[in-house]
Amino acid sequence: MSGSNESVRADASASHGGVRGHEFQSWFPESGSVDMADTSTNITEETIAEMRQLAERYPQARSALLPMLHLVQSVDGRVSPAGIQACAEVLGITAAQVSGVATFYTMYKRRPGGKHHVGVCTTALCAVMGGDILMDVVEQKLGIGEGETTPDGLFSLERVECNAACDFAPVMMVNWEFMDNMTPESANRLIEDLAAGRVVHSTRGAELVGWKETERVLAGFPDGRADEGPAAGHASLLGLDIAADRGWSAPPARAVQASETTQEEAQ
Amino acid sequence: MTDLLTPVLSANWADERAWKITNYERTGGYQGLRKALGRTPADVMGTVKDAGLRGRGGAGFPTGMKWSFVPQDNPNPKYLVVNADESEPGTCKDMPLMMASPHTLVEGVIIASYAIGCEAAFIYVRGEVVHVVRRLQQAVREAYSAGYIGKNVLGSGYSLDVVVHAGAGAYICGEETALLDSLEGRRGQPRLRPPFPAVAGLYACPTVVNNVESIASVPSIIANGAEWFASMGTEKSKGMTLYSLSGHVQRPGQFEAPLGITLRQLIELSGGVREGHELKFWTPGGSSTPILTAEHLDIPLDYEGAAAAGTMLGTKALQVFDETTSVVRTTLRWVEFYKHESCGKCTPCREGSWWLVQLLQRFEAGTAVEGDIEKMLDLCDNIGGKSFCALADGAVACVTSAVKHFRSEFEAGYTTPAWELFPYERSALFAAPKGAHA
Repeated sequence: MSGSNESVRADASASHGGVRGHEFQSWFPESGSVDMADTSTNITEETIAEMRQLAERYPQARSALLPMLHLVQSVDGRVSPAGIQACAEVLGITAAQVSGVATFYTMYKRRPGGKHHVGVCTTALCAVMGGDILMDVVEQKLGIGEGETTPDGLFSLERVECNAACDFAPVMMVNWEFMDNMTPESANRLIEDLAAGRVVHSTRGAELVGWKETERVLAGFPDGRADEGPAAGHASLLGLDIAADRGWSAPPARAVQASETTQEEAQ
Repeated sequence: MTDLLTPVLSANWADERAWKITNYERTGGYQGLRKALGRTPADVMGTVKDAGLRGRGGAGFPTGMKWSFVPQDNPNPKYLVVNADESEPGTCKDMPLMMASPHTLVEGVIIASYAIGCEAAFIYVRGEVVHVVRRLQQAVREAYSAGYIGKNVLGSGYSLDVVVHAGAGAYICGEETALLDSLEGRRGQPRLRPPFPAVAGLYACPTVVNNVESIASVPSIIANGAEWFASMGTEKSKGMTLYSLSGHVQRPGQFEAPLGITLRQLIELSGGVREGHELKFWTPGGSSTPILTAEHLDIPLDYEGAAAAGTMLGTKALQVFDETTSVVRTTLRWVEFYKHESCGKCTPCREGSWWLVQLLQRFEAGTAVEGDIEKMLDLCDNIGGKSFCALADGAVACVTSAVKHFRSEFEAGYTTPAWELFPYERSALFAAPKGAHA
């Protein structure tokens, strides 16, 4: 099976790098491709047992496919051919069906990522507020572009889309933990601290451990760190603080009922 | 007259370890559930209907009515699916809610499940927010241990299982039928309706899909009554809701207020627009809702008020941009988002969003040619309403509304790059370091 995949890859690269004629030119040369040439894997019987455990959580086993692919990434650092095969076998579907799902979702990586996966939000609001500058700063600092991994395997970089933290813009993510209200200075410091192995905490979350560890939590295997970090960031609490200052609150339940009773009595 | 801000959902966010079950219970948590279990499911559903709660995920469909569409005589299992895939650009209310007080959502899930008669519920949360996932996982485990979830909930004879399910990075999965396909372990692509999920949803069984904030509003409605909830808000838009203010304002943040507050009031609470600047344009509810300008500062931010202004309330994600911001650049960036997130199922959206980006890049670079505005609007006409789901409509809404309000800026794109007209660094909160581009 891996042989036929390699020949498909060879054909594809020939059409990209070969003589430019009437052959189809994809605007998305990377899309849909899982690196089938790299067959290395760390998947064990234990991984397969955990996959079965995930499948049992759902009324229909296939619902566990997304969590299972997160688990594959936590073990192999990417969606590996062996991981695809394992998912297929556990669920009783084809490897092509698993690949079809894996290639649809941007969180699934087809090439090995870094120990720390860094994201810079460049959707409109963050971009305007400084996200574009941050992307440039981080690219220069790491010496890589988006979608790339540093040669030492420490960092991978991604241009992320709106991460639902717009009141903390501009926002970065490390291993899918929030890094709020970033500046060029704090972005540089973040990279330096992580590179030096210093302890870094998310501004609204846990200590930054690693992308693979995050993937295991997303697969549905908690890491016992839910109690780290605050309940909320300052922006989340702004309205609450103002209401407290001015003595504003929702109407008390009894008062509403009482006033209605009074009205009824009056009528 | 109710106060300008009315924290209910956010009331406990500043509490010490608000996410823990004991702290949630201390402030009245799970009282709504106890009350609900003492009543019939139909009665609970009736209260939510009477309260006038409307969907907080964007469309504003009455939540109680949605529940009532689930056929109770259908022999198949029924399901509740919470849409926690918050990823509409600008939208940032559900994540802080679930991070600070996940039990508010979990309690709502149990009450809603009881009302519609389902024994399995799923919380589909976007994957890119691991700490929110952690807090949800823990809250569900705590609720199992406390007997709020599981077999025979609080001795009522009612049983329920709840699964926290992390997505994998696809905006389209916030569309309810795409979410269901994704939850079935497939590519997240929307389904043609009818049948609607209420009849044939998850595993082709009757399914209710509700937004996080909608479900999180249920415990307070049951605990305090429909009249209490309806005493806040406007005639057809009842209750309190989370408004998310972001962008060029003094202090961005979450504001929980009765429906109908205005942007002017919210910006005043925030301390005003960025020092020395003025409001240029804004979105009422995320990037899929047509943009508005300073002349709309006083429209009531409820479902009707937004519609009357030619836009939609959406997710109440108020993104504020000041006069330094290029409308062309911002629109391009939004459309690039839709291009990337188009699932590819429908040709008008898949191809059209790609072509919109090509055109907008020319406007941004100042290399558009006479007639490109008309071409772009014609393209929009061939995308919006021509696809299975609303992603396509969102992709064109930001373009058509931008042209409507700022046509001259697009005309300037025939001759001048946007970054010359609006140097990008001026919009940012900080200067670009030497060598970095703005």
